[in-house]
Amino acid sequence: MSEIIKIKKGLTINLKGKAEKIFVKAKPAGLYAVKPTDFHGLIPKLCVKVDDRVKAGSPLFFDKYRPEIKFTSPVSGTVVQINRGERRKIMEVVIEPDETIVYEDFTAGDPSQLDAKDITGKILSSGLWPVIRQRPYNLIANPSDKPKAIFISAFDTAPLAPDYDFMLKDYGKEFQSGIDALHKLTAGKIHLNIDSTYPASSTFMGAKGVQINKFRGPHPAGNVGTQIHYIDPINKGEVVWVVSPQDVIAIGRLFQTGHYDASRIIALTGSEVKAPKYFKTLSGACVRSITDNNVREEGNIRYISGNVLTGTKVAANNFIGYYDSQLTVIPEGDKYEFMGWLAPGLNKFSLSRTFFSWLMPNKEYVINTNLKGGKRALMITGNFERVFPMNIYPMQLIKAIIIEDIELMENLGIYEVAEEDFALCEFVDTSKTDIQEIIRKGLDLMHKEMN
Amino acid sequence: MKGLRKLLDSAKPNFEKGAKFGKLHSLFDALETLAFVPNRVTKSGAHIRDAIDMKRTMIVVVLAMVPALLFGMWNVGHFHFQALGQLDQKTFWEIFWFGFLKVLPIILVSYVTGLTIEIIFAQIRNHDVPEGFFVTGFLIPLIMPVDVPLWMVAIATAFAVIIGVEVFGGAGMNILNPALTARAFLFFSYPSWMSGDKVWVSGLSEMDKVADGFTGETIMGMYAQAPAGVTPSIPYSPLEMFLGTIPGSIGETSTLAILIGAAILIWTGIGSWKIIVSVFGGGLLMGYILNLFAVNPYMQVDAWEHLLLGGFAFGAVFMATDPVSATQTERGKWIYGFLIGLLAILIRVLNPAYPEGVMLAILLMNVFAPLIDHYVVEANIKKRKKRLQASNS
Repeated sequence: MSEIIKIKKGLTINLKGKAEKIFVKAKPAGLYAVKPTDFHGLIPKLCVKVDDRVKAGSPLFFDKYRPEIKFTSPVSGTVVQINRGERRKIMEVVIEPDETIVYEDFTAGDPSQLDAKDITGKILSSGLWPVIRQRPYNLIANPSDKPKAIFISAFDTAPLAPDYDFMLKDYGKEFQSGIDALHKLTAGKIHLNIDSTYPASSTFMGAKGVQINKFRGPHPAGNVGTQIHYIDPINKGEVVWVVSPQDVIAIGRLFQTGHYDASRIIALTGSEVKAPKYFKTLSGACVRSITDNNVREEGNIRYISGNVLTGTKVAANNFIGYYDSQLTVIPEGDKYEFMGWLAPGLNKFSLSRTFFSWLMPNKEYVINTNLKGGKRALMITGNFERVFPMNIYPMQLIKAIIIEDIELMENLGIYEVAEEDFALCEFVDTSKTDIQEIIRKGLDLMHKEMN
Repeated sequence: MKGLRKLLDSAKPNFEKGAKFGKLHSLFDALETLAFVPNRVTKSGAHIRDAIDMKRTMIVVVLAMVPALLFGMWNVGHFHFQALGQLDQKTFWEIFWFGFLKVLPIILVSYVTGLTIEIIFAQIRNHDVPEGFFVTGFLIPLIMPVDVPLWMVAIATAFAVIIGVEVFGGAGMNILNPALTARAFLFFSYPSWMSGDKVWVSGLSEMDKVADGFTGETIMGMYAQAPAGVTPSIPYSPLEMFLGTIPGSIGETSTLAILIGAAILIWTGIGSWKIIVSVFGGGLLMGYILNLFAVNPYMQVDAWEHLLLGGFAFGAVFMATDPVSATQTERGKWIYGFLIGLLAILIRVLNPAYPEGVMLAILLMNVFAPLIDHYVVEANIKKRKKRLQASNS
């Protein structure tokens, strides 16, 4: 498909601290972990105890309600901690790695020769199944579903997002195997969505068995939700799956080697990083393993696994999230600012032109985590519509969720959205409402109602 | 600033709930957040947020109204001395100073009354003090005749805040524009103070002798009062109407000053340009329609001239754009604004009881705004259902 889909509404937030296009081999992390909290709604059942020995690919825990969905260790080593939070909720299963990684064997195989059942089984047992997520509800896909299509967004428009074209340029073969495997799981198409503003890498352009769709525009053009909406919107009762490009490669590797190879590239970004670069490491690596001696230690700082709009706050001694390809470090905003609302605000970023920073359109901003105002009722209208590109009324949907009107939520298009699609609305919101949380609540309500 | 911060930090525990001055918590919080943007950080969702907040939004709206206010102050002095026939003897600053002293008490009364009530309600409700009254408190004086007694301003403001806003659950939940609620309250309760030919010029009703040929009547009043079939002679040129040297409410006369405000609102992205443009469009269209069927001099007034008269521009720019009482959908904003424009001119020209239709048109459309939104959203829902049907068949 050569036609370019132009996204007009949205907002590019130009932050300081983009990753330089250089790969760094991260030093081996002292600890790795899998965090059940990365998977929304999961109730984990442990299959290991502290001091158990595991291989890369050995199950650590599984989904209580769908026991076939396993979560496996990224390395071989010893389970050293099982950390629990409030009400004994399992926060993370921590593994201390061996010098050399020993893998569980899931037997290699050419996915184009295997049938759907074998492929599903292999992905499930290797612990890679959770990389496949479904819409509606934005949860781990159901292995028994036949999705109407699979969507892969090969570019990310979020602030400081990694450049997948650079990051994955050497993984064409693995990517193709991953695509071949996914192909068996859907009766429909695999949509590979690329950014038309620059030539995409051969990893993506050379992929066979996919429909390539070109997009252009500001964030959230790179959000897979936006792309689905423009290519083949989700109707009630339909299911589509989404996979991120790095995870397609991980699936490809599984079929090529028969191992769960948790290699992962993480872009270290943010204004507080001294030398932002791309790090080759393993899934679940300790944050410190890539940030040591590379972060400005002035004042409090926040580590975010993921990007600044949708990522998860992590402690420096915590671990990179399962789905993330990016780690962002920005200053905390736990300071008072004298008359901040009255100042000219040359260094303040805003969708509106109420601060004089509009005089400098190309400025790179350092934005801290301050809420920048008090929470208020949802009063201001028209801002969400400027950054929300779907043909959905964002304010009305948010209000339908707040009043828990299931039918209205359905009518207004809740099946088509995920939390991340509302991240920009949340960013621009004058009343400082936590909108992504509201959307998640709506999705959960809907999911409970329908199942 | 560190000293002030320290002072606030040390005083803060005394104002916590249950502490010595716990009943003044909302007041303390309002003052503290006015002086310092709080140190609260994001807990869930997006880690960074837009620098804008309600305070910034409201201060921009207030700034946009300042040209209209300053001009209004000067205009008050201008007409006062003109009525006395002393205009030639007064300097610019004397004229302005007179108006300043007349208008300032109205602003103070409006703010003190409104903020006191807002703070009390915030305390009862356990909320932060909302910033909406920054704007409302500024709007109310601008839409008053200059000779309005201060006690009227006080009760109108109290009525607007309590009945117009707080009974609905506070700022953001109200249906009607609060400033217009205040004006409508006075208009229907004390009509003799809100219309007629005496109230628009400061001190006119008490003057023993006015300058020859002077009248304090508004242009719309002249048309409405004119005997049937007689075209009143209007002593003001269109340029004067545009610049604002005509009688009227304090802030509404200068279309130029209001357009400067409109430019600020549109450029900053605070005011909806869709509403502003469509109100003017609707007014213009109704003006033309009336011209077509004109049977009296008022209906013959050029369509574009209507836009310069009375509170039309002021209502379009500062009243209709209030996001709480306007429609919330973008498509709805076009319809909403357009209907305000149509109705404002229609009421103004055809209803002899109300020489000014803008206030009523906006209040009426405030009431209909949710209905407009309903139909706009319904269209979206229908589209989605159609798509579902198409995919199932």
